[in-house]
Amino acid sequence: MTALSPTPKARLNREARLAAQEVLPARGFLTRNKFLLLRRLSQTLVLALFLTGPLFGLWIAKGTLASSMTFGILPLTDPLVLVQMLAARHAPEGLAILGAAIVAVGYALVSGRAYCSWVCPINPVTDLAHWTREKLGLQSKGWQPKPETRFWVLAMVLVVSGVTGSIAWELVNPITHAFRVVVFGATASLTFVVAVFLFDLFVARRGWCSHLCPVGAFYGLLGAGALVKVSTFKRAACDHCMDCYAVCPEPHVISPALEGAKKGASPVISSRDCTTCGRCIDVCDRGVFRFTHRFDASETTTVDAVRSNCSGETP
Amino acid sequence: MSASRKSDGPSNPERRRLVETTLRGAVGAGVAGALIGAYQRSAEAMPTQAIRPPGALPDERAFLAACVRCGLCVRACPWNTLKLADLGDHVASGTPYFIARKTPCEMCEDIPCVKACPTGALDHGLVDINKAKMGTAVLVDEENCLNFLGLRCDVCYRDCPVIDKALTLEMESNPRTRKHAIFRPTVHASDCTGCGKCEKSCVLEEAAIKVLPLKVARGELGRHYRLGWKEYEKHQGPLVDGIVDLPDRAPGDVTPPSGVPDTPPIIDPTKLGKGWKP
Ligand code: SF4
Ligand code: SF4
Ligand code: SF4
Ligand code: SF4
Repeated sequence: MTALSPTPKARLNREARLAAQEVLPARGFLTRNKFLLLRRLSQTLVLALFLTGPLFGLWIAKGTLASSMTFGILPLTDPLVLVQMLAARHAPEGLAILGAAIVAVGYALVSGRAYCSWVCPINPVTDLAHWTREKLGLQSKGWQPKPETRFWVLAMVLVVSGVTGSIAWELVNPITHAFRVVVFGATASLTFVVAVFLFDLFVARRGWCSHLCPVGAFYGLLGAGALVKVSTFKRAACDHCMDCYAVCPEPHVISPALEGAKKGASPVISSRDCTTCGRCIDVCDRGVFRFTHRFDASETTTVDAVRSNCSGETP
Repeated sequence: MSASRKSDGPSNPERRRLVETTLRGAVGAGVAGALIGAYQRSAEAMPTQAIRPPGALPDERAFLAACVRCGLCVRACPWNTLKLADLGDHVASGTPYFIARKTPCEMCEDIPCVKACPTGALDHGLVDINKAKMGTAVLVDEENCLNFLGLRCDVCYRDCPVIDKALTLEMESNPRTRKHAIFRPTVHASDCTGCGKCEKSCVLEEAAIKVLPLKVARGELGRHYRLGWKEYEKHQGPLVDGIVDLPDRAPGDVTPPSGVPDTPPIIDPTKLGKGWKP
């Protein structure tokens, strides 16, 4: 449900491009939304694993994203919850520590903010807010705090946990509230989810996930050295249509790689803020982006190769 | 804040902006933190009907430091006793509790809820459910309890899983009829687990016996208090030797029995002064 229509500025660019007779081969709906659809599938699957039990008595995963047990053997615990617990001075049982270690190592290796784009149930909510925003044609971005604000919020969460001696963020965390709405039928908890939706829609464009959420901040830090990255490996083919900037929830991560050729920067998008959602891969008509690993600095530079393969299909 | 401001002094506008944004972030986060902290404090106060699962850390704050609100205990409970707090339940949202009058705890022997808890918010040291202290029952309304009215209801007593230890019937004479007995349901907190079966089973419209959190239900002696008779027992005699046993003072004209320590004086009510009340 991310914006399927580019921003007015990008649209202008595209019109200019069309006027220049540089018509690109049409790409089908599935190609243009491949990773978006895969992400929605993944997010639905996560909820589904927890829902088969209460709905059909077929128990796969029990609990919530804060802590869960899958098939009675795989414990998973949100490491941020564990950190808050330690700040609140409770020594946890081994199960919680093991669960948090598994989750932390997993995200640290693969991609920290994959949590945001592939797992978190709030992501579809804020994406929907963004989509509605575009549909309504809301021009003003509203309040735009610095993307670093989330680290202040994260620090605040830990301080409050320490001072009050409790797992403070779980009191308001829209993620687990959303989860409990779906999995435990805690309908009143929907309040926090609706609040985030309205906030993103009317107060701040991409306000929650890209500026304030301390969970995203935490997973970003966790995945600072993660392996899976998006690379602008065909940046030489970029025609500056700005489509990628328009859809990226963290647009500031793109330019160091995309515009970095002159400075000799690697084509790999290395910022820990990148959610590895793959939306840029989806929308780029020139096939500039692809998923790769962090050490893959290879790129296609010859213009011919670029021209002959601008259908957007990554090899 | 405004970028158009001239920097005619030594102050660097770049740095100034940095300091400003940093300050704004810090102050904003601080205010939000204070709000969450205040909300947290108010969430610590639980309604008295809300009872935590077996083994829950007795101090509410310690419990909130440990419970990650995962609901694994809720899922483990075969009786659907436990519920995860929703917003507006006045229990910290996402934490487990039960309402005894709706669904009491069935005191499972294997205590699956405690076993399922990954964090130790439910203390894994609890292995015997009879040692659980979820709260304690209190016969809150003697004026409406049928047994106190002289009838033989006994339902709560019969339903108590720890019958004759946690809940006993104490016989006394019924002052209304002067020839019948009253069987007073009496809770012994030392053995009561707080399961709430008695509250659930009470036949009245509103239960006369209720499970309350220990903090609400129980008094606490000062830590420095020593009970003379217990100390006497422990030490097989007075703590200090050679105490002069002065005659006990009692109202009216009483004759203390001489030479026998700790023997209550025999009071003759006819000899008590006129204005004396017990
Ligand atoms: S002891 Fe049994 S009935 Fe009681 S709360 Fe635990 S699982 Fe539920
Ligand atoms: S299983 Fe433990 S941590 Fe999870 S909700 Fe129950 S008491 Fe809290
Ligand atoms: S709560 Fe009631 S039924 Fe349960 S142990 Fe105590 S007295 Fe017995
Ligand atoms: S069930 Fe209720 S009315 Fe009956 S004896 Fe117990 S407290 Fe009294």
